[in-house]
Amino acid sequence: MRTVGKLTWLHVYLVVFLVFLYAPAVLLPVFAFNSSRVVAFPLSGFTFDWFRLLLDTEPLFDATRNSLIIAVITAVFATILGTFAARASTRYRFPWKKGVMGFVMLPLVLPEIIVGVSLLVVILQLGLNLSLWSIILGHVLICTPFCIAILSASFQGLDRSYEEASHDLGRSHFATFMLITLPLVAPGIIASLLVSFTISLDEFIIAFFLSGTDATLPVYIWGLVRFPQRLPSLMALGTILLVVSLCLLVAAEYVRRLGARRTGTEASGGFL
Amino acid sequence: MSEPIIRMTGIEKAFGDVRALKGVSMEVRVGEFFSLLGPSGCGKTTLLRVIAGFEEPTDGNILIGGRPMDGVPANRRPTNMVFQNYAVFPHMTVAENVEYGLRVRIKDRNERQRQVDDALAMVGLEGFGARHSHELSGGQRQRVALARALVLKPTVLLLDEPLSALDKKLREQMQSELRHLQRAVGITFILVTHDQEEALTMSDRVAVMFEGDIAQLASPQDLYRRPVDRRVAGFIGVMNFIDVRVLGAVPGGVEVDVAGLGRVVVPAEQAPGGTEGPIVAGIRPEMLTVLFDDSDVAARVTEGEIDEVQYFGDMTYYDVKIDGIGKPVTLAMRNTAGRRVLQPGDRARIGWGPDSVLLLR
Repeated sequence: MRTVGKLTWLHVYLVVFLVFLYAPAVLLPVFAFNSSRVVAFPLSGFTFDWFRLLLDTEPLFDATRNSLIIAVITAVFATILGTFAARASTRYRFPWKKGVMGFVMLPLVLPEIIVGVSLLVVILQLGLNLSLWSIILGHVLICTPFCIAILSASFQGLDRSYEEASHDLGRSHFATFMLITLPLVAPGIIASLLVSFTISLDEFIIAFFLSGTDATLPVYIWGLVRFPQRLPSLMALGTILLVVSLCLLVAAEYVRRLGARRTGTEASGGFL
Repeated sequence: MSEPIIRMTGIEKAFGDVRALKGVSMEVRVGEFFSLLGPSGCGKTTLLRVIAGFEEPTDGNILIGGRPMDGVPANRRPTNMVFQNYAVFPHMTVAENVEYGLRVRIKDRNERQRQVDDALAMVGLEGFGARHSHELSGGQRQRVALARALVLKPTVLLLDEPLSALDKKLREQMQSELRHLQRAVGITFILVTHDQEEALTMSDRVAVMFEGDIAQLASPQDLYRRPVDRRVAGFIGVMNFIDVRVLGAVPGGVEVDVAGLGRVVVPAEQAPGGTEGPIVAGIRPEMLTVLFDDSDVAARVTEGEIDEVQYFGDMTYYDVKIDGIGKPVTLAMRNTAGRRVLQPGDRARIGWGPDSVLLLR
């Protein structure tokens, strides 16, 4: 490998790139603890007031609870559907396979506003009420392609002879799937759950169209932005979300590496 | 003769337009070490997978232990398989791997444990029960795969090129261990291999396959001495092919004119495929000898010039140019204490006999 000693324009580019990427995220906790109501430099003092204010905001807890319910159920459903689709696409040959898989993966590139509006129309036409379930429906639709992409890689990396060996040793297809296939693709399943959970948690457009009276966290935050005096508590909220996401990511990576070490496979890929 | 353990009739298998198996019929005897030998793509692995139940034949039927296997899935067949890459489950310990198939059969935990221990002892892996697959060498993984299959006491054990991933030394050691194991447990083994030496040294009988069908099914000795055609003869060991002209039938055989060697009467049993159509003469390298001294005698003698010398320590292989034969003929001589090794360019008298000539289609 060639070592470049002097500062080149590539180094400058890298620094600028990283600043643009992470500076906003770093500013969140800075202003969350700043005592001024105005979000601007210079900083005026240290305070926990904005966090305390959050604790007193009843609708925030409702929105958070809604978002968590939606994200967990979405992650589970999208991962289950993704598992089936990924297994089918890597293990079986069936007519029109390419077309079918392309159709399933389409929401990946479909504008969310189209998904949101069309689902809204369908739900209203069917005479159903908007609820958390309608948001879950929309989120499962957009998350499933991501799950399929992640899980396909896992299934492709899984040697087919493990499943055949299990079957050969007298176990049914179902037992083989539960005892051999699932444990071996577990890292992919964890990644799939995590990704779909994260996508669902901060998804705005579909949630905005399909939420009835129950707002999700992003929808609630969007409502807050209109009131400048609430901006510092928004920073506090953002800080909490940032810390929670980081913890989740680290935990998921830890579990994944643990699994990789146990099976003796190289701990490659993943997020960290 | 007792009822065969496996009887296959007219097994066909097509993948799309490709006919992988073209009406294979054969029988495997109780307790024998049986090998399916052939070049890659000849259908031997497909045939093994049909027996195991991983592939449904397009046509034909199989009886295992007298029971028809139509529609019987792999998990209900009295066969177990050792996979080419062993497929030892990486998320389980060695003991859990061996116990895997037993768990649905034997409810009593102590009994299960006892059988797992026995199986591990049988393959020489006592004390390895708590290890994981990635803590084992290739040879040890193979033993786990063997124990895992044999603990279920299958009617037939299927082995899919189990030695191909091992280095030469370990492979030779495992060959003799497998042979011993098979004698000890008395279970019928069916081995798939592309290595003719492996098939010859280990098997009671070998089926040589080409292009989706069995070309010859015989004991290793018969395969080597009496190959049915030139494909089999060329695949098993080294064989010199020499042009030949059939002169006509005579009492006790057929008279032919072998290029460069002359006229000879070949006994009928040395022309197993008959002498109709285009045929070729085949002579094994060890059937030709260099006559070093005037006192050395042979039934027939010809002259040649040494072209290449390959020295193996115990044996020396010479490529000899003989007038009238286009390609140099390979000849193998055992190296004894007083015997010298010839050099390229040396002239030599070559001895041979009518009993060493095969006529092959």
